[in-house]
Amino acid sequence: MTSSMALAEPGAMATQASSGVFSLTWLLIALPLLGAVVLLLSGRRSNRAGHLVGAAMSWAAFVVAAILFFALLAEPAQERAVSQQLFSWIAAGSFTVDLGLLLDPLSLSFVLLVTFVGSLIHVYSIAYMEHDPDRRRFFAYLNLFVAAMLLLVLADSYLLMYVGWEGVGLASYLLIGFWNHNPAYAAASKKAFIANRVGDLGLSVAIMIMFVQFGAVDFETVFAGASGASTGAVTAIALMLLLGACGKSAQFPLQSWLGDAMAGPTPVSALIHAATMVTAGVYLVVRSHPIFDLAPDAQLVVVIVGAITLVFGAVVGCAKDDIKKALAASTMSQIGYMMLAAGLGPVGYVFAIFHLLTHGFFKAGMFLGAGSVMHGMNDQVGMRRFGGLSAVMKVTWVTFGLGWLAIIGFPLLSGFWSKDKIIEAAFIGEGWRPWVFGMVTLLAAGLTAFYMSRLFLLTFHGKRRWTEDVHPHESPLLMTLPMMVLAVGSAFLGLALGPTGAIESWLAPVVGEHGEEHPVLPVPVITGLTLVLVAIGVGLAYVRYVREQVPQTAPVGSLATRAARRDLFQDDINEALLMRPGQHATRSLVFVDNEGVDGGVRGLAAFIGGTSARLRRLQTGFVRSYALTMLGGVVVVIAALAVTR
Amino acid sequence: MQSFPWLTVTGAVPLLGAALVVLLPRGLAARAKLVALAVSLVTLVLTIALAVRFDAGATEQFQLTETHQWIPQFGVSYAVGLDGIALVLVALAAVLTPVCILAAWHDVPEVGRREQNYFALVLVLETMMIGVFSATDVFLFYVFFEAMLIPVYFLIGSFGGPRRQYAAVKFLLYSLLGGLVMLVAVIALYVAGPGGPDGFLISNLTGLDLGVGAERLMFLGFFFAFAVKAPMFPVHTWLPDAAAEAPPPVAVLLVGVLDKVGTFGMIRFCLPLFPGAAKWATPAIIVLAVVSIIYGALLAIGQTDIMRLIAYTSVSHFGFIVLGIFAMTSTAQSGSTLYMVNHGFSTAALFLVAAMLAARRGSSRIPDFGGWQRVTPLIAGLFLIAGLSSLALPGLSTFVSEFLVLVGTFERYPVAGIVATLGIILAAIYILLAYQRMMTGPRPETREGTRDLTHREAWVLAPVVAIIIALGIVPGPVLDVINPAVDRTMTQIGMTDPAPRAGVPAAEGTDK
Repeated sequence: MTSSMALAEPGAMATQASSGVFSLTWLLIALPLLGAVVLLLSGRRSNRAGHLVGAAMSWAAFVVAAILFFALLAEPAQERAVSQQLFSWIAAGSFTVDLGLLLDPLSLSFVLLVTFVGSLIHVYSIAYMEHDPDRRRFFAYLNLFVAAMLLLVLADSYLLMYVGWEGVGLASYLLIGFWNHNPAYAAASKKAFIANRVGDLGLSVAIMIMFVQFGAVDFETVFAGASGASTGAVTAIALMLLLGACGKSAQFPLQSWLGDAMAGPTPVSALIHAATMVTAGVYLVVRSHPIFDLAPDAQLVVVIVGAITLVFGAVVGCAKDDIKKALAASTMSQIGYMMLAAGLGPVGYVFAIFHLLTHGFFKAGMFLGAGSVMHGMNDQVGMRRFGGLSAVMKVTWVTFGLGWLAIIGFPLLSGFWSKDKIIEAAFIGEGWRPWVFGMVTLLAAGLTAFYMSRLFLLTFHGKRRWTEDVHPHESPLLMTLPMMVLAVGSAFLGLALGPTGAIESWLAPVVGEHGEEHPVLPVPVITGLTLVLVAIGVGLAYVRYVREQVPQTAPVGSLATRAARRDLFQDDINEALLMRPGQHATRSLVFVDNEGVDGGVRGLAAFIGGTSARLRRLQTGFVRSYALTMLGGVVVVIAALAVTR
Repeated sequence: MQSFPWLTVTGAVPLLGAALVVLLPRGLAARAKLVALAVSLVTLVLTIALAVRFDAGATEQFQLTETHQWIPQFGVSYAVGLDGIALVLVALAAVLTPVCILAAWHDVPEVGRREQNYFALVLVLETMMIGVFSATDVFLFYVFFEAMLIPVYFLIGSFGGPRRQYAAVKFLLYSLLGGLVMLVAVIALYVAGPGGPDGFLISNLTGLDLGVGAERLMFLGFFFAFAVKAPMFPVHTWLPDAAAEAPPPVAVLLVGVLDKVGTFGMIRFCLPLFPGAAKWATPAIIVLAVVSIIYGALLAIGQTDIMRLIAYTSVSHFGFIVLGIFAMTSTAQSGSTLYMVNHGFSTAALFLVAAMLAARRGSSRIPDFGGWQRVTPLIAGLFLIAGLSSLALPGLSTFVSEFLVLVGTFERYPVAGIVATLGIILAAIYILLAYQRMMTGPRPETREGTRDLTHREAWVLAPVVAIIIALGIVPGPVLDVINPAVDRTMTQIGMTDPAPRAGVPAAEGTDK
């Protein structure tokens, strides 16, 4: 751990108002948003150049981000927080929220990841979507996503973050359902949005509690006031935030949408459902660390949720034959690592973000690799009909291979630095927790090695099990180039940020530093155990999927395998507990509303109708008789008043 | 008091225009709808002039006031004026009327008497809407409240769908029943008040000591009429029939503007005139509002007709508005008032897009669609935007108001706030389920040659969508107008916002 800097109180950082180059911050959001608006409004006219406009806007945002990064780096560490206030957004009653952006090391880390990986994926998509008649619309949605994601991480209040939060949800919905002429894909996009809305309910309630407690919902006021609130209130806020995080980051129990989300075009899976959006939950927890630090019970829940999802995803990943769904399960599991780390408190925040960054590179790279494989294999995704592709897709093989080595934690590659730090951190603490959580992370490392090796070996090695009509070939340069760049990141990003202490000192002003704490096992022992488990995982996969014959159709498998293939029955459970009772309730209510509520009032109406027919004889048309009637009515009313008074 | 009667003129222009449309000589009959559109645009310009003259920071309750004795023997005055709440609702009516006239362009297929009547009735309706929001005399309000039924009755009953007679009569009976109950309360209120030639003025009826029992009865009389109009569970069942059978532009005005008279009446009459009774009834009303939110949303999920679906979403949305009004915090009440405006535009967008689809398909049944994103991509996209505004997507106008209602309610009634928040999940389901059923899936084979959005339709929807987006990003100008009026209401009922519970050192120790 670096100790060159003074121990910082989290949140004690001085925030400066934006001036000079920092007044460009809003452009980060505005540029891609402009791209989306132009592409959507210009219609077919921009079909020919739409993809170029989209990619250019994303790269422009990256250039701004790079400028801001160097400018922020030039500031003293404790002054690396710049706020840009744009205008007063909502002011009603005692509730006021300004449209303000906060640029600090945490948000900028995300901005760099989103704009850089995002721009690479824009480039990749130019070729990947070349023959799609709706390519312009695709790029419009990608731009919309980038804008919303940047708003999410740059917002300086929870409410504005919520706008970005649901904005990325919308972009995700649009992109998962991009090919919604396939009914299953349309259902998948709806499922994703609704599962996310369940999480958003948590975020909404969290914001409401904040307002009741602190009278405002901007980060500064909330964090400053957090210590003055009761533990119950802080815990409630933290748990509601966690519910939001679970929805967005596909954490247990709201994980069921992510596998289906693979219905989207593969660049979408790479950008949104691997590298960026799904990690927003981790961002939320780390950003809200002043709240979580005060709510140890909630932190424990975060760790448990992370641990469950970590294992859940890994188990499911071992059974999936669809290359994208296996990667999705892996994403879920890796975010479980990050969530677990974020729940550990100050010892874990930095590594949660560190793993998030390295994962963004290697997982995006692998998804793009999967897209490249699909490109060469007539859009097939079944790994049982892959095999031996290393010979015909050299670039894809090498870049994917680097991603694979990175994620399993091969020494010196990115995952080795980031994931092993999380395992070490999980072993820190007192009592039963370090042993339980440490062991879970350790075990999951072995599982990760197994299922990722299975995926890699099934696809690129072993016998060719291709269907007869495929002629696999390497993808064009526009696709392979982004893969190469991401592969370089998968290899070296960890080395550049981890052992140098760069990531810790960069994020320290936001999340604070923690003292020297030792895991319950010596670090070399943990590292050694991890490597042994990883080696076992890889070895098992090699024996089963290269040495032994791989059947072209999946064998029935054990009960456990079948359960894992069905995502541990997540959909069956949701269906039995929520969907079917809900549909039943809705149908009954429609019946009741038509027959009961309306029927009752119809009866009343018939009664009035009958009465009024009799009363019609009183309608003589003479003003004097009306006046008399009114007088009579007034007398009755006065009498009633006299009685009740 | 001012020299030029701006408000009366603005309200009278559509009425005069209606007469003009009806009286057009035969040779000019083909121009009837152009004349109607022009009249509604003139009204819009006059309304903008009203808004410009309105001073949000003024100290008096009503501005642009005019007061004349009308029936002094009964204390009835012709008194009009605007506060911020009324102004934004008048503006809503003034914006939506030209939009609806343009949307109604081909509603009546043949040129002539029938078409003239149709557009004239829409203009009469506009006058009534402006009048009902502007009245500052309780009796005058009541007159507009009831007179409004007449054009709507004929618009539904003569120009509606196959079950128009049933729907129109049902609408009329519900409204009349509510109105009669209210009339009793109106008379009772006058009797209890100071009387005299201007005894019906709101200002003379505010802050009376009515006695607990009488106050509660009168409150219930007013509230019942407004709950029917709003409409709240369990007196909502007229709405789906009326909305489904009315010509779509009329449905827009009915649900988007007219029904707001219910919630407007609650905040204008129920709270300031009967503050004690309002507080007494609050728990029950909060429950009814929350039930409306959830019940309306569940019913919307179960609908198979897109028009009825939209009507039920409105039951849910009106639940939010009522909830915010009776949460008795300034945040929630501002949110509710803004909600009235935003819901008008959001529902308008939904009804109008749905009508465009129904006209092309010849049916408004959801199962009759499928794959229409490939048939009419622009209309499908607009349907999605309208739907997203209905489910209150952050960034769109409805989000601001819905969140203000929720957060303001949560301040005082946390449980109701959380249960109401469940509505955001149900809203996602009813909108996205409808979108999935109507727009996604394989392209239907039989729909070759179906036209996508026409220029006229683009002009119908463009202003509505633009407002939905603009008010989501910059709701400030509307909120600035609403806030002072809401603050005054809060003062009249003697409520203050709860102070933050913790955390803000500056607020600690102060006992506000």
